[in-house]
Amino acid sequence: MTVQPEIATAPVQPGLAAPTRADPGELRLLASVRAGDEAAFATLVRRYNPTMVRLAQLTVGTRAVAEEVVQEAWIGVLNGIGRFEGRSSLKTWIFRILLNKANTRAAREAGSVPFSAMHAGDLDGGEPSVDPDRFLGPESECAGHWASTPQRFEDLPEERLLAGETLGCIAGALATLPRTQRAVVTMRDVEGWSSEDVCEALDLSASNQRVLLHRGRSKVRAALEAHLRPEAR
Amino acid sequence: MTPVEPLTCQQLVELVTNYLEDHLPPAERARFDSHISDCDACLTYLQQMRTTLDFLGRLSTQDIDSDAERTLLRVFRAWKTRPQAT
Repeated sequence: MTVQPEIATAPVQPGLAAPTRADPGELRLLASVRAGDEAAFATLVRRYNPTMVRLAQLTVGTRAVAEEVVQEAWIGVLNGIGRFEGRSSLKTWIFRILLNKANTRAAREAGSVPFSAMHAGDLDGGEPSVDPDRFLGPESECAGHWASTPQRFEDLPEERLLAGETLGCIAGALATLPRTQRAVVTMRDVEGWSSEDVCEALDLSASNQRVLLHRGRSKVRAALEAHLRPEAR
Repeated sequence: MTPVEPLTCQQLVELVTNYLEDHLPPAERARFDSHISDCDACLTYLQQMRTTLDFLGRLSTQDIDSDAERTLLRVFRAWKTRPQAT
């Protein structure tokens, strides 16, 4: 475990520290799966499989290997179903199994990096969120203030903002993020996971999760701003 | 006590995620709030970030392809009929 210095020292809010526990609906679904209900299993698969494939792919590289790893993970889920006690949410339990399988596979495959070994580079302390050239330099009286003001997206014509290209730009920016940043942003902002569940599923400390989220989101914002700049087409 | 240094815009952009995550210590949050209350550029930046998050939320997870679902249902049937572990 790497220890990251905590910069912000706000006390962790009570109730936020512990990962979400399984809710009764999840436990019922799991009981049905355990009893052999195929429809219940299909529900689980539809709910989690796309994200599992996406996450596995971040670790093992190719889509084909990712699908194999995900299949192994589902077998692990089925075999472990009797041992799940609902102390974490169902999805974090499933994703822990997935990550274990993915890391085992990555250790065997040349060119794959176990997910846990990827954090270091992607945390990368020195990287600014906004190009330093956008701010006034130390020679100015107002050093550190915007030299070129950010543009109000609300002032853009709606058809510009809502064009399919805009969403394409967001998807493209997400796809080019370093892998752990991409995983965190995908789970938090695309899939809507809580930070506690992401930390639990990806085995990240709360502060590292925030750093990865911040770096990732900042790059996606920068890409969106560049895409919507008036002089760009 | 020395008066608290106001944040510069360049410092503020690095705090945006902690702000949105409600993870700034109260004093830091107060500096943040005081800065955006009279800096339109930073308020715009914060709004840009919110728009970005809104767009990210619209990237829906692509639906599972039916091949993968069929394969997994085969896995499930095999699991159901497995010899019970002792």
